[in-house]
Amino acid sequence: MSEVADRIKEIIKPENLVYAKSPVLNDDIMHYCPGCSHGVVHRLIAEVIEEMGIQEQTIGISPVGCAVFAYNYIDIDWQEAAHGRAPAVATGIKRVMPDKYVFTYQGDGDLAAIGTAETFHAVNRGENIVMIFINNAIYGMTGGQMAPTTLVGQVTATTPNGRDVDLNGYPLRITELLAQLPGAAFVTRQSVQNPAAVRKTKKAIRKAFEIQAMKKGTAFVEVVSTCSSGWKLSPVESNKWMEENMFPQYPLGDLKDSSRADADLYRIKG
Amino acid sequence: MGELRLMKGNEVIAEAAIRCGCDAYFGYPITPQSEIMETLMAHRPWEESGMVVLQAESEIASIHMVYGAAGSGKRVMTSSSSPGISLMAEGISYMAGAELPCVIVNVQRGGPGLGTIQPSQADYNQATKGGGHGDYSLIVLAPASVQEMHDFVILGFELAFKYLTPVMILADGVIGQLMEKVELIDQRPRWTNEQVAEISGNWATIGKSASRKKHIITSLELDSSIMEQNNIRLQEKYSLIRSQEVRYEAISCDDAEYIIVAFGSSARICQKTVQIARKKGVKVGLIRPITLFPFPEKIIAEYAAKVKGFLSVEFNAGQMVNDIRLAVNGKTKVEYFGRMGGIVPTPDEVETALEQKLLRG
Repeated sequence: MSEVADRIKEIIKPENLVYAKSPVLNDDIMHYCPGCSHGVVHRLIAEVIEEMGIQEQTIGISPVGCAVFAYNYIDIDWQEAAHGRAPAVATGIKRVMPDKYVFTYQGDGDLAAIGTAETFHAVNRGENIVMIFINNAIYGMTGGQMAPTTLVGQVTATTPNGRDVDLNGYPLRITELLAQLPGAAFVTRQSVQNPAAVRKTKKAIRKAFEIQAMKKGTAFVEVVSTCSSGWKLSPVESNKWMEENMFPQYPLGDLKDSSRADADLYRIKG
Repeated sequence: MGELRLMKGNEVIAEAAIRCGCDAYFGYPITPQSEIMETLMAHRPWEESGMVVLQAESEIASIHMVYGAAGSGKRVMTSSSSPGISLMAEGISYMAGAELPCVIVNVQRGGPGLGTIQPSQADYNQATKGGGHGDYSLIVLAPASVQEMHDFVILGFELAFKYLTPVMILADGVIGQLMEKVELIDQRPRWTNEQVAEISGNWATIGKSASRKKHIITSLELDSSIMEQNNIRLQEKYSLIRSQEVRYEAISCDDAEYIIVAFGSSARICQKTVQIARKKGVKVGLIRPITLFPFPEKIIAEYAAKVKGFLSVEFNAGQMVNDIRLAVNGKTKVEYFGRMGGIVPTPDEVETALEQKLLRG
């Protein structure tokens, strides 16, 4: 172990560093597994908060799931929400402090299963919040059970023979549905498996926070992610599996880029 | 003297919320308390003071909006009726665990399940024993008049912030729908950001300034040794509440041979029963617990040594009677009389029950 620690110290010695860790990220060692996407997305959020100079005005809401401890890593005020309720908690915070930056950070089970109602209605109200959605098609923290976004045929702890549509229904493309809602301003799907993708995701997160500042409606960023432990693949294999299997079902790109709809489109005649 | 008005119990909850400077209300319609949100919406307090009033998509969402806003150091409330309170149980448990202040109004209706929209007190156990998962208690206030609906909103916020805990106003459909004279407090301002920072700045998530560590509002702790300490701290808080915040009313108890114990609208009926019984020469008193948690066990224990028996009168199958029995601890007889399913007993019915169960029993 100490040999590994020494090697890491050697790698990260100041003269080897290409860029510095954002001061908005704490020094705590993350509990995430090797190859997990959470750490990268945490870093991008921290960098965006740093670059926008909004550390003192930002409140994060962590979910139930692997990212419950997001509050240990990003140096801002946090509230930890009950499973699925982050969009409601965010609504409560944002409504009483409309000039703060409020974002939720949620996984697929949290956002697209148990919290579907809270997710839909927060977006439909056009809450001026940012929602970061980590979609790795599995429940990581509870030990790799089926998620609403688990693919057909994908083996999980509760679909040992692969997801069966007759039994379990279909993978839920919730992001496509949310893009239909008039309260959504910006809906995008990104990934973080290589430097180019990371740069695009950071740009999307930055844009989401800027939309919040402009009070244009809900800004929603899905990040198609890996779960090496849940998928029982190496980090490298996970990226490959994601590109081959996840991307066709969850295609990357912007689904909506405007602002929440004009109320007159929905108004009664008289 | 404040402004006097003739008002419905539900309406006065809304009026008191606005006047005491409440920052936000989140709710979902359910009979028999929908007038609370309707009254708030009609007043449009956001135009005057910036108070937020929002109709949520469910009671679950309502209570978690309350969680978020309360975590911001604001004075926040919600209201519902029995089935809706069951849905809120999750969020209430989280708020007790995270030690967040708020006021929750339950205008009870008959259950179980969808039950009836008529008045009931069948949520006594749910309210006083926590209601959700885990070891926690709420401060539970039981109004018996429209005036108390008003006063307990103000008292509720005071207690919620004093102890950093959710407070429940446990009303019922009678008090919610009843019209009575009420004296209203004068309009108070909402807390300014500076006041919020002064009152709750050491825990609220209002943005981490460079000079302090981040605030984390959570009920989670995976280290059992720390979690046990968290639980011990909560229990110490409840012990303090038990020793400091008991409220009750004792009517005609000084010479009483029998004591009726009743809360909320049941106590209103039993007040009449006391008069009827005394006219017949039976020395009856009434103890009305105002706080159901903390329960006025001390005064009941004191009278247990003096009287021939207690009668607990409740609009349920006999829930508070168990707390009375614990307080009495076998020293004298404790009986129960009640009606269920939305039926409210008459004063004469209670008097007959008193005679049958205690005088002749």
